[in-house]
Amino acid sequence: MEHYMMNLTLKVWRQKNTSDSGRFETYPVKNISSEMSFLEMIDVLNEELISEGKDPIAFDHDCREGICGACSMYINGRPHGPWHANTTCQLHMRAYKDGDTVVIEPWRANSFPVIKDLVVDRSAFDRIIQAGGYISVNTGNAVDANAIAINKDNADAAFAAAACIGCGACVAACKNSSALLFVSAKVSHLALLPQGNPERKTRAMNMVAQMDKEGFGACTNTGACEAVCPKEISIENIARLNREYMMAGAASDK
Amino acid sequence: MLDSKIPAGKLEEKWVDYKGHCKLVNPANKRKLEIIIVGTGLAGASAAAALGELGYKVKAFCFQDSPRRAHSIAAQGGINAAKNYQNDGDSVFRLFYDTVKGGDYRAREANVHRLAEVSVNIIDQCVAQGVPFAREYGGLLNNRSFGGTQVKRTFYAAGQTGQQLLIGAYQALERQVALGNVTMYSRHEMLDVVMVEGKARGIIARNLVNGELERHFGHAVLLCTGGYGNVFYLSTNAMGSNVTAAWKAHKKGATFANPCFTQIHPTCIPVSGDHQSKLTLMSESLRNDGRIWVPKQKGDKRKANDIPEEERDYYLERRYPAFGNLVPRDVASRAAKERCDAGYGVGTTGQAVYLDFKFNLINKYGKTEAGKLGIENPDIETLMRLGKEVVKEEYGNLFDMYEKITGENPYEVPMRIYPAVHYTMGGLWVDYELMTNVKGLYCLGEANFSDHGANRLGASALMQGLADGYFVIPYTIGNYLADEIATKPIPLTHEAFEQTEKAVADRINTLMNIKGKQTVESFHKRLGKIMWEKCGMARNAQGLQEAISEIQALKKEFWSDVRIPGTINEMNPELDKAGRVADFIELGELMCKDALNRNESCGGHFREESQTAEGEAERKDDEFAYVAAWEYAGESNWNLHKEQLNFEVAKPTQRSYK
Repeated sequence: MEHYMMNLTLKVWRQKNTSDSGRFETYPVKNISSEMSFLEMIDVLNEELISEGKDPIAFDHDCREGICGACSMYINGRPHGPWHANTTCQLHMRAYKDGDTVVIEPWRANSFPVIKDLVVDRSAFDRIIQAGGYISVNTGNAVDANAIAINKDNADAAFAAAACIGCGACVAACKNSSALLFVSAKVSHLALLPQGNPERKTRAMNMVAQMDKEGFGACTNTGACEAVCPKEISIENIARLNREYMMAGAASDK
Repeated sequence: MLDSKIPAGKLEEKWVDYKGHCKLVNPANKRKLEIIIVGTGLAGASAAAALGELGYKVKAFCFQDSPRRAHSIAAQGGINAAKNYQNDGDSVFRLFYDTVKGGDYRAREANVHRLAEVSVNIIDQCVAQGVPFAREYGGLLNNRSFGGTQVKRTFYAAGQTGQQLLIGAYQALERQVALGNVTMYSRHEMLDVVMVEGKARGIIARNLVNGELERHFGHAVLLCTGGYGNVFYLSTNAMGSNVTAAWKAHKKGATFANPCFTQIHPTCIPVSGDHQSKLTLMSESLRNDGRIWVPKQKGDKRKANDIPEEERDYYLERRYPAFGNLVPRDVASRAAKERCDAGYGVGTTGQAVYLDFKFNLINKYGKTEAGKLGIENPDIETLMRLGKEVVKEEYGNLFDMYEKITGENPYEVPMRIYPAVHYTMGGLWVDYELMTNVKGLYCLGEANFSDHGANRLGASALMQGLADGYFVIPYTIGNYLADEIATKPIPLTHEAFEQTEKAVADRINTLMNIKGKQTVESFHKRLGKIMWEKCGMARNAQGLQEAISEIQALKKEFWSDVRIPGTINEMNPELDKAGRVADFIELGELMCKDALNRNESCGGHFREESQTAEGEAERKDDEFAYVAAWEYAGESNWNLHKEQLNFEVAKPTQRSYK
């Protein structure tokens, strides 16, 4: 890859804490290598800010390998930036050219309150999992792993749904701030496996109920979630969740 | 001082015997006993879930915003288990033997055998939780092979095995949160252990959102806080991975064992420049299908695909015909370094070798698929296309990741790779029950030292994390807590809590008030450079001595000139990082001291003074067949305690993979 240097203008959302109203600040950044990752570019800016006695930009990040789901920037109007099937930490600066302006915001959703700058509180996702995103099997109860054969297509589809990293890009992209892609990925992952079958109905009902309680919006099938999902979680999962939910409702005997 | 508490009896009967005789706590008493778990990776999440299921009152802490983000999530290739589903000669004994040998005879036999025994239960448990492991068309589980073994015993989920296992453990943990057995504290960092009458009785944690210090009581404290590879600044660890919890425990009396045992992983994406913040691993499983080579001609500047077959040096296949590209990590890393140091390295920096998939794309996968489809005399393009489809399913996400980082398509051109710090075999010393030498303070997973000796085999970290959490600690902790059922929760106003919190607050204040000129990051980078150059892939006495004085000087400079912006009582990632880097600096010194003391080569620890004529690591079993457990004795001062290692079953030999 041909490598080049660039100067950019960043417009970054700064917000001291949850109660602060927040505002955009503009920062020029110079001599950025096309080989840097996007977060390394922010690192460079933060080092400068610290040297100038200013407060660096707070942002969530950890693995920087696109798998932990921590990073969460809304870049030029798109969660995780311009590349398809990508996380912010895996976005590299060769996506930009000299003179570009880049606008960086936190996830925007009422259910994800801003903690500071680009850091938001996504604990609602944990509470949705607590509502039923698991199989109730205590340690030591398990039968031999090969006792139940699982059709490979189902196993593969379950894996594809389980690839969700819980980053929340789907919510950030959705005009309604719906969390349905996230919820449906978990419901699908477990519903597609025989081990998940006994709790299938209560799982779908309870997770959706918790999702509503957290204040996430309704799904209107625009597909923005699927378009930005770094792990290419398919919107078919939402259709599956809808079926699961309807069947659970129809068969509810409680 | 160190009693490993290894049960008597034959190796294969020790664990069964232990379980049959350890003390139990009845269900009513379990509800009265509180356990603190720090860290929610595979070890911590599985321990929290399993202990919550048993009815203990668990409090779990992680510094991430959710327990699901712990760095176990980034493990790629797989998890070993002695299932022998492939009928290829595997057994508990072989897994045990491979692990002890792979660790270059510096691990404790009894622990490793137990690990191999429970490995089979882990797979069962994970499948029951819904972990979507790779399967064959018949619906049964698939396996792949990893370095240092000759059987296929690695279970996997594409290149995301760690993620799937962690989500399984996270789900089990969240279920216990929902049931009220576990209370979860995210965005919290443990900053000290609280000791009462010689026992660990709680922690001081800092809420990373508002900066407040909190006191938490526990009848026992479990540290499941992962490894300390970030002491090198550049590593494959997550940005937040740190040694702080373990280091605080160390300063409260827990000995730190074999700190110099670091794993340098052979296949990582090379450094591209000074801006680099971390390194990315390309799974070892790729060595199943990728062939490693450099040009035969020094300084060959041609593009990889322009270098003809006969001008390529497949140096691992040449040097180690029996294991070829699947030699253990330490061997593969040193071999890469040797070639690059000798001037055969590739890429702009010359610090890289090729990992090439073309041969197997065509010959292994392409031809098999063509055969299945009945295509006679397929051309190269067809074979490549068919091969790609299979490889995509096996490793797709890894290839995508490589392309995103480097801008090159690894299906078309070979990957460029170079070794990078990946895992730390050293850690807090623990006995057979996973208790440190501090009563009531346990250490699980990568944070302890116990199972991998001087070199960990691939796909064994996930196995150990889950073994410790799901299947070991639920038994061993009962043996301790059975004697604590009469201990009432200690009030948080107890002077031990007061004093410990005050010490933590004082340190934070001191850091904030330095108001110097240099950033935390700049100190971390300098520390990393010293460690990589002088305590990295090859070490010698002179370099280590230099490193020790350089680190001492760096420490002084840090404590007089670091600049931390912001204030204490707000979210302040720079302050969080400053505390961690301060601990890394102290650890770095101990690592060099340990490396200097261990004047032998073993596994990942390569002392240039101790090598065979062929340049292989040369152990000195007469002098160094011990665990070096260091006791903190004040600033830059440690006492060495030795736990002699006895090999009754796996007799030490010169490791050979030729």
